[in-house]
Amino acid sequence: MSDTDFVTDDDAPLPQRRKAANGDRWMVGLGLAMLALMLILTLLGPLIAPYDPSMTSPNSLAPASAQHWLGTDSIGRDILSRLIIGGRTTLLITVVAVCLALAAGLVLGLTAGYIGGAVDQVIMRVLDVIFAFPVFLLAIAVVAALGPTVPNLILTIAIVYTPILARVVRAPVLSVKSWDHVEAARSVGVSEFRLVTRHILPLAISPILVQVSLTLANTIFTVTALSFLGLGPPPPDPNWGGMLAEARQFMELAPLTVIAPAGAIVFATLTFIVLANGLREMLDVAGKR
Amino acid sequence: MSAPLLRVRDLAVTFPPRRGNPAVRAVEGVSFDLAAGQTLGLVGESGSGKTTTGRAILQLQKASAGSVELLGRNLTTMSGAQLRGMRRHMQFVLQNPHSSLNPRMRISSILTEPLLVHRPIPRDQFAAKVDSLLEMVGLDPEVRNRFPHEFSGGQRQRIVIARALAVDPDFVVCDEAVSALDVRTQAQIVTLLADLQTRLNLSSLFIAHDLALVRRLAHRVAVMYGGRIVELGTAAQVYENTVHPYTRTLLDAVPVPDVQAQRKRLRNAAPPPVFPREYDPRHPCVFGEVHAESGTPEWHEIAPGHNVSCRFWPAGMTPGQ
Repeated sequence: MSDTDFVTDDDAPLPQRRKAANGDRWMVGLGLAMLALMLILTLLGPLIAPYDPSMTSPNSLAPASAQHWLGTDSIGRDILSRLIIGGRTTLLITVVAVCLALAAGLVLGLTAGYIGGAVDQVIMRVLDVIFAFPVFLLAIAVVAALGPTVPNLILTIAIVYTPILARVVRAPVLSVKSWDHVEAARSVGVSEFRLVTRHILPLAISPILVQVSLTLANTIFTVTALSFLGLGPPPPDPNWGGMLAEARQFMELAPLTVIAPAGAIVFATLTFIVLANGLREMLDVAGKR
Repeated sequence: MSAPLLRVRDLAVTFPPRRGNPAVRAVEGVSFDLAAGQTLGLVGESGSGKTTTGRAILQLQKASAGSVELLGRNLTTMSGAQLRGMRRHMQFVLQNPHSSLNPRMRISSILTEPLLVHRPIPRDQFAAKVDSLLEMVGLDPEVRNRFPHEFSGGQRQRIVIARALAVDPDFVVCDEAVSALDVRTQAQIVTLLADLQTRLNLSSLFIAHDLALVRRLAHRVAVMYGGRIVELGTAAQVYENTVHPYTRTLLDAVPVPDVQAQRKRLRNAAPPPVFPREYDPRHPCVFGEVHAESGTPEWHEIAPGHNVSCRFWPAGMTPGQ
């Protein structure tokens, strides 16, 4: 047998690269566009907002006009400015809390799923205890106990959503860890940490992304609801839930005072739901190849 | 003769009882030596413990008894970190090339990974090494930035082989390395393996159920049945002077590409002998030895280097029949 001339190749010529685009991505696109709009408004808030959100004026409960696009509230503050600035607080709490929950969920879920056995049992049973409480009730209890400050709200929401994310991380890890390429990597001598982060997590990421997006939607709702109940960030800084609560009594006189923050909440929630659905479809398609 | 590269002694793997099923003794009393540059073919039917043996040697499966020594160091008692270091000397080629490559990693990352783990060469030479590995297995180095799903089965198996050879191991376990491929691709991969074997002076444990392939690649052949090695010898000894009836059955089961001959064999085919699993060392074995008294292993040397176990003989059958 010659030792230099290899049989050059198998029957098939090297297949062409798969086209990246497929038709089902419009939903993700829409979600990302909505997210981008929200991020621009939030990040550039103070530059965009037409008025100081805390500045009162005698022109109270004004309808929409050229000066005040969304009218003014009961003490004459510009609603549009308050929406933009208030979104910063609401979204900050939401995003930071979900990031924390995701970090905790990843660590706990990966540990439980990868190590398995008794460790898995202990971690998951403890999380089950938290999971057993209705999210909202638990959040109210924790905030009421700790006091309604921004860091406490963030911590509360992170704790409440950690079990959900940990479960979503753990489930695919359980199956992926026994796949051949993981064993192959182990036989190469890859460390456990790298095994989990490079060979298991990337293949378990789809459901996690979808769940993170859904959790963001839920969290916005939870944050605004807590604020609505008076457990949100203290006044005078605006936030969507608080605006809704203040405007409730003037609903008949100036509907816009309620419609505007409600619309903002719906828009933000919808953004993440659209994103979650789009991701779910897109990633499923990719998984089928 | 110097110490063997790999020395396996009384290796056993027992799977614990689960859900009411009794414990399974998948591998028992497996012993053999492997010299540098030699290939041992491990054959047997499905469920005979071939793959488990391979995994236990690589310490991917915990052995319940026995020892595995590679380069004179006992792997079974090593700590995790030490073992990871030893993995530089032993590599694994898995059966199914469609599942043994990480679908989210590019070919270059897949081939760089063993280098990152073991650092046999400085980092700035990794890229050149990846290219030379791809060339060595007959692939165009231009494919380095592609993903595994862009390749056919044979091409993927070449990549798997390249990964196994990245750190210049002394010993490779090829677990059914070609059985997931079509026949023509099999031939190409076998040619590649045979070529690499001689060029790199590689030792390997070649697990397969295709006897012809094993004959082509292996210097020595071990036949497994019921978790035990029943016959071990050079390829010529095992194939031509078959002693154990199970080996005979296995060889006779290979279809021959000759209609007349095949029909004749089918007509003559006796019902497959029943190989009893229970074995009592207090009674004389098929070679007339009572192992409980003599204390000898259940292992009989027929010719130098050709050993046969006295287990699993059908009732009434004796050697020489």
